[in-house]
Amino acid sequence: MELDSVMLSRMLTSMTLAFHIIFATIGVGVPIMISIAEFIGIKRNDPYYLLLARRWARGFTITVAVGVVTGTAIGLQLSLLWPSFMEVAGQVIALPLFMETFAFFFEAIFLGIYLYTWDRFKNRMTHWVLTIPVMIGSSASALFITTVNSFMNTPQGFELKSGKAVNIDPIAAMFNPATPSKVFHVLTTSYMTAAAVLAAIAAFAIMKGKRSQYERKALRLTMICTFIFSILTAVAGDISAKFLAEKQPEKLAAAEWHFETEKNADLILFGTLDENNEIKNEIRLPGFLSFLAGSSFDTKVIGLNEFPEDERPPLWIHYMFDLMVSIGFFVLAVSGIYILMDKIKRFNELNKPLLWMITASGPLAMLAIEFGWIYAEVGRQPWILRGYMKVSEAATTGDGVGLTFILFALLYLVLGVLCVIVLIRMFKNTPAEAELEKRFPNP
Amino acid sequence: MNLELLGITVLWTFLYGYLIVASIDFGAGFFAYYGKITKKDHLINDLISRYLSPVWEVTNVFFVFFFVGIVGFFPSTAYYFGTALLIPGSIAIILLAIRGSFYAFNNYGSKNNIVYLFLYGATGLLIPASLSTALTISEGGFLNVEGNKVTFLAKELFTSPYSWSVVALSIVSVLFISAAFLTYYADRANDRGARAILRKFALLWSPPTILASLLVFVSLREHNPEHFQKAVSEYWWMFAMSLVCFMMASYLIYIRKHFGTAFIMVMLQFFFAFFGYGASHLPYILYPHVILHESVTNETMAMALVIVFILGLLLLIPSLYLLMKLFLFDADYIKGKKQ
Repeated sequence: MELDSVMLSRMLTSMTLAFHIIFATIGVGVPIMISIAEFIGIKRNDPYYLLLARRWARGFTITVAVGVVTGTAIGLQLSLLWPSFMEVAGQVIALPLFMETFAFFFEAIFLGIYLYTWDRFKNRMTHWVLTIPVMIGSSASALFITTVNSFMNTPQGFELKSGKAVNIDPIAAMFNPATPSKVFHVLTTSYMTAAAVLAAIAAFAIMKGKRSQYERKALRLTMICTFIFSILTAVAGDISAKFLAEKQPEKLAAAEWHFETEKNADLILFGTLDENNEIKNEIRLPGFLSFLAGSSFDTKVIGLNEFPEDERPPLWIHYMFDLMVSIGFFVLAVSGIYILMDKIKRFNELNKPLLWMITASGPLAMLAIEFGWIYAEVGRQPWILRGYMKVSEAATTGDGVGLTFILFALLYLVLGVLCVIVLIRMFKNTPAEAELEKRFPNP
Repeated sequence: MNLELLGITVLWTFLYGYLIVASIDFGAGFFAYYGKITKKDHLINDLISRYLSPVWEVTNVFFVFFFVGIVGFFPSTAYYFGTALLIPGSIAIILLAIRGSFYAFNNYGSKNNIVYLFLYGATGLLIPASLSTALTISEGGFLNVEGNKVTFLAKELFTSPYSWSVVALSIVSVLFISAAFLTYYADRANDRGARAILRKFALLWSPPTILASLLVFVSLREHNPEHFQKAVSEYWWMFAMSLVCFMMASYLIYIRKHFGTAFIMVMLQFFFAFFGYGASHLPYILYPHVILHESVTNETMAMALVIVFILGLLLLIPSLYLLMKLFLFDADYIKGKKQ
């Protein structure tokens, strides 16, 4: 591996995105949870849920701040590190990028209002209504920015003539084949991960001995949401796999180590590859890749050998794919078991092993987001614009990428550590029970 | 008006908007830190934080808006500026990141952490300096373009009197704009103590602002005579208007009357100067490589962007109005009576 501008630009972009998506995912998902909690709290006149919404919102401000600044960073880095790409793509996908900033603007305004008007309106529903523009804004940003990423995977709506984009159709570029499945998958996984992270916090608090109404209600609400969103995630994942099989077969083939085009193709779980690309130690599900690709064991799945060697993605993305899917099913199972145990009186849903698994599922879900994005992004290598422009042609020719990489690495380290410290302190200093008594003296 | 002129005007207006709201924010951070170390924080810091908390995120969007917009309307700027600004741009991002997150850490997390407040205050002065390099580069002379390779001449930038005069102007104007606004805000809050301090800041930074502006003119004549000629021959009246507004603003602040009008005068002062500068800069966006009409994106995309822009404004203007009504014009909130 040579550390030239291209490699360093890739590393810096990956690092920024890997850091940003943690906060972006929280930014898209948590407003939904805050909104649900506040709505239930008002409808049932239940101070526990109202306090839940308040405390989540308070922590949320910290993550939003880091999300905003890292989002600004990636926005600028696109032009700084990939100027040739942006010169071409800027002509085709400026529209969704522009709309994304509008959505962000909209969200920023109403989040500011929401956070500072808790006790300002006579009718409590007026304050709740403010969560709607925040949710619309955050989910719409995710939608628009995902169309840009989809465009890079399945570009359309332009022709490339001697390095210049001509005959541009902005709408076609935005609504490219990858857009629906990607947007659906991004949104559902964000909601699921945010719910799982909040559930993990509640479960952890209960394990530490805090077993009041507040924690129990928090856990029940977040677990039900996690369950619903994980089902939607599974559906979205299935749609995505079918999309890949049809429109981007090399990505699916690399993920599944599927070399020969065939019907009744096997699904490979984990395993290893030797130097001759022979698969060892795998769990083989006969025919299931065909089933995944087209809901029938007869579906023909295109293999990697159909593609020239210099246009194949690296084979290690198989592990990313497997880990992502496994975690998805783990979270689905854990939330399902919790709900069952909660419903059937005979079981104690607050048993230690289950609480442990719920606590684990939060960070795991976030890891799955990372793995999923690594899979999606590395899976379209060597292309930056699939079929049009390779990554190596798009990187900056400027010097100093190495230096900026180090500076940003330090920045993210500091921000990451401080963010955790500040969040922990914030809630340790004001325990829920104390705050409940202060705000709602007669519950 | 043709599309490219409309595009650049819209973008320039947004940059102007950022200049005003960001200056208030950057300066406020500096004053808050200064207030803390000189033990005047009990007088001004609550006031500053009441204004900043709900709006800091919105400030940031103005900036994002500008750079996304310029890449959309004029994609070749991405190529030239992107390559040239790798280092200064990255430094600006890092400073913005430190500032934004430490603001939140300090304000929502550990209240009154002196280190957080220092980072927040100091970056407020460094960011305008680092962002202004983009404007400096646009005057030409700091890039070497050979075929496909664009090289940034960092040494030229660091030794150029013009670039330093722009840096000086950006820093003092931040302090002046911010102090003028906060004086008005303190006046609205009926907070005599804060008003007295902030008024002093405003008067203190008023002469350097005009001095630095003159310095920029003088050094521009050396650096880019073509631009200078155009500015003084065609647009001299805009700079004259700017000077008039400046004098009225300073006078009103001095006699302690009509602080609101005074701030509007400050806004107009910078409006005329900024648009006079921008108009005389045309047709070049980046002298001499990027020219307005040659670099505009294709017509379909430009049309789409304009339509989205208008729709977006229909959404944003009422929302911004609501934000200002709740936090800027609500006397009870400003006075700290509402949470």
